[in-house]
Amino acid sequence: MAEAHPVGFQWVMEAKKRGARIIHVDPRFTRTSALAHQHVPIRVGSDIAFLGGIINHVLQNELDFREYVVNYTNAANIVSDKFEDVDGLDGLFSGFDPETRTYDPTSWQFAQEDQDGELGQAQADDAGDTAEQRDTAAGMQNEAHGMQVGSHPPRDETLQHPMCVFQVLKRHYARYTPEVVEQICGVSQEDFLEVCRAWTENSGRERTTALVYSVGWTQHSVGVQYIRAGAILQLLLGNMGRPGGGIMALRGHASIQGSTDIPTLFNLLPGYLPMPNAASHQTLSDWIDGVRNPGSKGFWANAGAYGINLLKAYWGDAATAENDYCFDYLPKITGDHGTYRTVLDMIDGKVQGYFLVGQNPAVGSAHGRAQRLGMANLDWLVVRDLFEIESATFWKDSPEVQTGEIVPEECRTEVFLFPAASHVEKEGTFTQTQRMLQWREKAVEPPGDARSELWFFYHLGRMMRESLAGSSDERDRPLLDLAWDYPLHGEAASSGWGEPSAEAVLKEINGYEVATGRLLSGFGEMKDDGSTLGGCWIYSGVYADGVNQAARRKSRHEQSEVAPEWGWAWPMNRRLLYNRASADPQGRPWSERKAYVWWDEDAQEWTGHDVPDFEKKKPPSYRAPEGSDGVAAIEGIDPFIMQGDGKGALYAPQGLIDGPMPTHYEPVESPFRNLLHGQQGNPTRKEYRRSDNPLNPDPREPGAAEVFPFVFTTSRLTEHHTAGAMSRYVEHLAELQPEMFVEVSPALAAERGLEHMGWCHVITARSAVEGKVLVTERLRPLRVEGRTVHQVWMPYHWGQGGLVSGDSTNDLFGISLDPNVLIQESKVGTCDVRPGRRPTGPALREYVEGYARRAGVLDHEEGPVVTASADAQQRSAAAQDGADQHSPQQREDQ
Amino acid sequence: MTSANSLFGPLDPAPDAGYVDAPKRKGFFTDTSVCIGCKACEVACKEWNDVPENLYEMLGTSYDNSHSLNANQWRHVAFIEQPAGRSSVGLPPTISDAPGRDSVDLGMPTLGAAPTEVPEDEKPDFRWLMSSDVCKHCTHAACLDVCPTGSLFRSEFGTVVVQDDICNGCGYCVAACPYGVIDRRRGPEGDPKVGIAQKCTLCYDRLKDDQRPACAQACPTESILYGDVEELRERASARVATLHEQGVMDARLYGNDPDDGVGGTGAMFLLLDEPEVYGLPPDPVVTTKDLPQMFRRAGMAGTAMLAGAALAFLRRTP
Repeated sequence: MAEAHPVGFQWVMEAKKRGARIIHVDPRFTRTSALAHQHVPIRVGSDIAFLGGIINHVLQNELDFREYVVNYTNAANIVSDKFEDVDGLDGLFSGFDPETRTYDPTSWQFAQEDQDGELGQAQADDAGDTAEQRDTAAGMQNEAHGMQVGSHPPRDETLQHPMCVFQVLKRHYARYTPEVVEQICGVSQEDFLEVCRAWTENSGRERTTALVYSVGWTQHSVGVQYIRAGAILQLLLGNMGRPGGGIMALRGHASIQGSTDIPTLFNLLPGYLPMPNAASHQTLSDWIDGVRNPGSKGFWANAGAYGINLLKAYWGDAATAENDYCFDYLPKITGDHGTYRTVLDMIDGKVQGYFLVGQNPAVGSAHGRAQRLGMANLDWLVVRDLFEIESATFWKDSPEVQTGEIVPEECRTEVFLFPAASHVEKEGTFTQTQRMLQWREKAVEPPGDARSELWFFYHLGRMMRESLAGSSDERDRPLLDLAWDYPLHGEAASSGWGEPSAEAVLKEINGYEVATGRLLSGFGEMKDDGSTLGGCWIYSGVYADGVNQAARRKSRHEQSEVAPEWGWAWPMNRRLLYNRASADPQGRPWSERKAYVWWDEDAQEWTGHDVPDFEKKKPPSYRAPEGSDGVAAIEGIDPFIMQGDGKGALYAPQGLIDGPMPTHYEPVESPFRNLLHGQQGNPTRKEYRRSDNPLNPDPREPGAAEVFPFVFTTSRLTEHHTAGAMSRYVEHLAELQPEMFVEVSPALAAERGLEHMGWCHVITARSAVEGKVLVTERLRPLRVEGRTVHQVWMPYHWGQGGLVSGDSTNDLFGISLDPNVLIQESKVGTCDVRPGRRPTGPALREYVEGYARRAGVLDHEEGPVVTASADAQQRSAAAQDGADQHSPQQREDQ
Repeated sequence: MTSANSLFGPLDPAPDAGYVDAPKRKGFFTDTSVCIGCKACEVACKEWNDVPENLYEMLGTSYDNSHSLNANQWRHVAFIEQPAGRSSVGLPPTISDAPGRDSVDLGMPTLGAAPTEVPEDEKPDFRWLMSSDVCKHCTHAACLDVCPTGSLFRSEFGTVVVQDDICNGCGYCVAACPYGVIDRRRGPEGDPKVGIAQKCTLCYDRLKDDQRPACAQACPTESILYGDVEELRERASARVATLHEQGVMDARLYGNDPDDGVGGTGAMFLLLDEPEVYGLPPDPVVTTKDLPQMFRRAGMAGTAMLAGAALAFLRRTP
């Protein structure tokens, strides 16, 4: 955190001054470790084993916050007795289909006590085609949707029922003992128990613990399950929805939170509405029902209003009830359109044009060679950036030009480079990890031809509309019918080339009454009859009372600790989500020290330091009447109001492609066999097996360990920003870390003959990159499964451009993805390290291919993904058949 | 209080330099126990003061690629990797540091309890020390004492500032500084200040506008504190006491003692090891300390010579 988020780290230092104990778990000793009380080195890619060990420690020693767990989580829910866990199935859950490598989650569901179909409907919806869900990263929608389970699953609040979630969880993690953690993670039992002790002692009524991670944590083939493991632990210890608790995702750039809220993702629309699917969302009501999921509790029941307001914001007067508010104009997805799929499609000649806006995939994305070869096979490429980055110059100076794979004279891609305004040269908002929007003013005019994104896209749209004006072609209607009128300002406004008003855009996002223009005070005012419009329901309220709430800058000294008048947080300026959980089931603070939001008996309403994340007048004693759903089904003790059952999910029967509970799988490339199961890696991961994407071999292949014996990982340096476009081109930053380097331990240096400050190169089946050797004790060999493993670390900031240049570390990675959200595994791989510089020119390819050949992966002959025993595969599939037979209800409802 | 115009001992430099109603003396307290090595101070300093590039070269001294304080580097963050159970003197670990090999005593001078006297098991685990160094703005500034042009002057804030347009580049100050801070600019080619002595001004221009120096403003963890020297000294002492209470017995102050060799510094530090580990001189003494005495002696010698000469003439007198 000190490395990549030094400004945020000031608050950790502040907490440390006040007595907080800081623990840093990281493969290497970083600037964060330097300031932490304890550094725990861990083998890259073994985090679920580590967190699973802590979960086991909590459950075996009954250290969970029991009253919280019983009331606020799904610990008491009874799971279907058709469910079979990984221990009996060699690392698979029940319901696995080896053909598609996906699960049918029917057997994972909660048991049914009602036969009225309410639960069955909700559950069956998600028991659909998980192969399709994987392609469309459908799991992403659960980021804000929560699980769409039925409202009233059977419960055993004594937590004794053998199939209640608590017992299922306890059995699942029973194997994650301190000994096993030591074996898998290379973490000493002493260090491990110290972490357990600190975490549990600082959780409960009086204290809370925060789990903070940076997004490299997600970049694994089991990335989503990493976060799930953290969530389970925080729920067991009562650290969610309470001050000082939570899970903080430190984003990699300004407003990455904003870019999922108002997304730049292929499968989401603003406010986490799913992008309609051509197969399943033929009509507006199909789409809305797909979101609101009748039978579930919670606020998604109002999805119709949110969706229709978005359509009205897009198409204005053209969107009417008669034409389904132009629902047909929305593009529909048909499968995997993720960034890596698109890059491979570029190589295959299926993509003509591409926009890169503030992104430098030639350096920043996994498998740099594939990225560059893809971009070299387009008709046109638009690059908007501050400098002429590698993604704009790949055709003339990339490593592939040296190897002869790209010939500048023959490269067909026409590159259009547009200079972009930086964040101080344009107005707008940033949304940070706390979901807080902060308005920023334009400080200076952008230089030369540099312009904001808003300017670029507004005028691009305007010109396209002008060029199509008068067209009678039906396919041009979505563009021509767009509500595309924003006031312009600035010097060029009179000529029609002015800067669109970002405040006008924010007002549209907030939403207003169509007839009067009155700005909405929140999403509660959104109507599903076309009388209001709003571009992003969760942002509604940012312009409440006609005031730009995001621009508020009241000093923290003039307001409460929660600082509600600094900026504006969605939803409805709540600073802490699910904060109903900060009070006990009766609505009283868990402790004076941790009082945050509570039920005021006299006023008969929720009150406190923050905006209660609960219906203000719904008392803790409220119990839902039989048959209710939606908001009415949320009971007075259901803090997690966006979940289908209002409870925090220790066990996730739906929404995850790869299983209801995190289980340890080895990274796709690992020198170790999975100690726990025959199933080596995530069986459902997304893979693109093709000759230009070779993966290093499975450790059980003969010779694999000799060819690629070491583990490598990458991260950032404080001095640079990601792919370097904002630092390598800037004198005062570039000089701080002027060269690409490779960190190795003294022991590895001795083993491989590497000299401090000499050259070395790192090799995988994809490429070889070189750098200076930095020998440091900040990297330590670990003992894993009885043998020593060396970990190598590299920063990934360099490319051929800029004031300082060097090889790009991301060239080393192949493409394999998490099945839930299609994020790439780009924080762990296997490699070899050799002294001296790498070969250049065509010899580089021969050198790398020599490695691939020796490893047996040259012609994509990597071992199978599914390595669980054949018997286990059969039994997993059979368990599913049993589940189908025993619950015909679900199929009928579908 | 030392007498006016003293070149040694405790005093308040601005009034001593003749300022009437001078503001309170300003300075830095750099608490290295909270430094995260982000180098924001280096960058902010360069941005504000328009200091050009230093060098584009990886040095291999941990994460330090700025090398040292010099004319193009007015803030410098040192990175010291200390393997567990040993004291290091700021050199990068090398293969000779591999487990099983003994560390080599480099014979660096030490003060106080030598590291070898601390029992092995009481030494901290692997440490990575980071510290942002800067001009000390000495109470008795040798650079200022030796400057023949008056380019270096004592500001009303008690700081020591170079006037670029007066400096003739003689370089006396460079040799005079006991910390090796001030330096003549060597490049880049074409820079108008090449050849001119350059160092931290404690952002004299910002101070005049009641602004904090750029480095202190940028520091995310308040490792660099700016304020009245008197108050900073108190804060520094309190911080050391707190760390001692927390068991960080290595914590010590550097430059806070008005009775030290430079009369105390305007920029003081909280260190977690011996000063020389950070590349700081253990016992700096203002190089002009003995100037009065030297003058006296030179005067005496001159007088004696004159007297001798006179005597010689007298003798000749018949």
